Amino acid sequence: MTPDLECTHLTKRFGDTAAVDSVSFSVPPGSFFSILGPSGCGKTTIMRMIAGFLEPSEGDIQIKGKSVLSVAPNKRPVNMVFQHLALFPMMNIADNIGYGLRRAGLPKTEIDQKVGEALERIGLPGIGLRKVDELSGGQKQRVAIARCMVLEPDVLLLDEPLGALDLKLREHMKIELKSLQSAFDTTFVYITHDQSEALVMSDNIAVMNNGRFEQMGSARELYYRPDTAFVAGFVGDTNRWRGRISKKDGQNIELQTESGMMLRGATHGRPLALGEQADMFVRPEAIRIAHSKDDLAVFDNQISGQVTSLLFNGAASRVLVRGEGLQDEIEVNLPQSGEFASLNKGSDVHIGWSSDQGNCFAAGTV
Amino acid sequence: MRTESKLGLALLLTPLLLWLALLIFIPQVDVFLVSLRERIGVGQYQTSLANYLTFFNEPLYLWTFLRTAMMSIVATLITLLIAFPVSYYIAKMIKGRMQSALFLLCLVPFWVSELVRTFGWMILLRETGVFSNILQFVGLASGPVEMLYNDGAIMVGLVYTSMLFMVVPLVTTLESLPDEVVEAGYDLGGNGLSVLREIIVPHAMPGIVSGCIVVFMLSLGNYLTPTMLGGKESLWFTELIYSQFIVRFNWELGAAFGFLLLMLSSVIVWGMLKLTGQSLEKTMG
Repeated sequence: MTPDLECTHLTKRFGDTAAVDSVSFSVPPGSFFSILGPSGCGKTTIMRMIAGFLEPSEGDIQIKGKSVLSVAPNKRPVNMVFQHLALFPMMNIADNIGYGLRRAGLPKTEIDQKVGEALERIGLPGIGLRKVDELSGGQKQRVAIARCMVLEPDVLLLDEPLGALDLKLREHMKIELKSLQSAFDTTFVYITHDQSEALVMSDNIAVMNNGRFEQMGSARELYYRPDTAFVAGFVGDTNRWRGRISKKDGQNIELQTESGMMLRGATHGRPLALGEQADMFVRPEAIRIAHSKDDLAVFDNQISGQVTSLLFNGAASRVLVRGEGLQDEIEVNLPQSGEFASLNKGSDVHIGWSSDQGNCFAAGTV
Repeated sequence: MRTESKLGLALLLTPLLLWLALLIFIPQVDVFLVSLRERIGVGQYQTSLANYLTFFNEPLYLWTFLRTAMMSIVATLITLLIAFPVSYYIAKMIKGRMQSALFLLCLVPFWVSELVRTFGWMILLRETGVFSNILQFVGLASGPVEMLYNDGAIMVGLVYTSMLFMVVPLVTTLESLPDEVVEAGYDLGGNGLSVLREIIVPHAMPGIVSGCIVVFMLSLGNYLTPTMLGGKESLWFTELIYSQFIVRFNWELGAAFGFLLLMLSSVIVWGMLKLTGQSLEKTMG
């Protein structure tokens, strides 16, 4: 099947710096593709090139198998939901949604009918005559999507559209966007710096840094098997230690940190040699906390120590643990099942994790 | 606390109220009262509408009145047509230092008095002026060309004098139009013309209307430019008022003219607001 969107060696240079550096990807029809990266990594530049507001320095963009490089933005079969939505404040909701249809020269009755259907689809029937500023943030969001979807684009681009919403609404809109995508059955390309938005909604995610894709894959792949240290650090929370590899046995290695901790981890196929500097990443949720050492017998990393801080945050509560005679603090997820409710600063605890959970990378600059 | 804040409000409002009362309200009322007087003998007056009747019975006065209004409207439209692209360029096409530099360039001419600026135009346009000499030098004219003392010269002067007052409100409103709204207009299939018509102009409407009101009032009430660039025969209404007050010493008729001018500008501004569906609060606020 021809992918809906395919970019090959897409490059954009501003002066000497490459904002986007030879990026290639393809998005199959009807899927939700996210580009995740910190601000300034070049993700907006990719988006603007696909929409046609920027011309690539090199490479090609194909939509449904046809190159669109020579097509003006107003003729491309892609539409964009802008960061601040960019609804037209001088028009009412129906005129906003009907704008593209009017431009396409459709008869008025057909426009009215399509606008009505679109409003029905986004669950806001009968608001056509309202003004833009009478809507709530979530409603505006849906109108912005409907305004694009009435044009039945091959690809819908979304440029961090949830950024301006408050947390609660953002959580809600994540689910809603995903269901709108399957309702309209259109290919969505979504860019964001918020990993949880990308993880929840996407079929495929590309993690971008410094103009390049670090890794492309499903949310699970990125989370469990990061390819690079950047991905390991950027997707999800993680503990991170740097040290020297003091022992190597196949995939399993031992890392001696500068402060003297001895950690066991795995290379997961990456070439790492004895004596090299390496970074190890362990997620707080991969570490088990226990009152007694016996509970941790299955783990090959075991540390006993004291709680130095309690970071209460409901379900995402953490504790910081400092090992006996060590300096580093280790961030550990705190289960909310009740057995650790009495934990306090200074309490003695034991923590452990399996070496398989310790992702090791050659020490880089990231 | 309540009485204190009331006192504070009263004190803050006093200068404004004094200004409004002493400089605008009282003089206008007085002008109106003077315009209703008719001199029937030395130092003897009676109340009548004679001055207004004189105005309506003398075709030259009426003609000058309408001509001034029409010329001012045309000057306002020309100013708008020139200022809009200039403002759009300053507000949207360029960024940073260049933007403030260009904006400043629009302002620079206003550091010189209007009189001096108008003399500048006279130097350019007169028979022995710069343009005339260039035309003769290039061979496009065989003798000296007089470009002063016609309606064209008046129009050039009026547009030039008013430009800043159109550019400032336009730049302000256009700057508040987010780039992504314009981009969305294109993204959804609009072309340059439809984006301009459906998005940019409606957004800039308050600025357009307030700029037009200011420029129209300035042109209508302008005395210097029509007199200097249009010469003695320029037939500008403010000149009639001036000559009634100063030359003829007929304050009663002059006051009637002045009051009619106020009525004219009020009616046209009201009509402009009605026509564009704007309100005074929206355009000035």
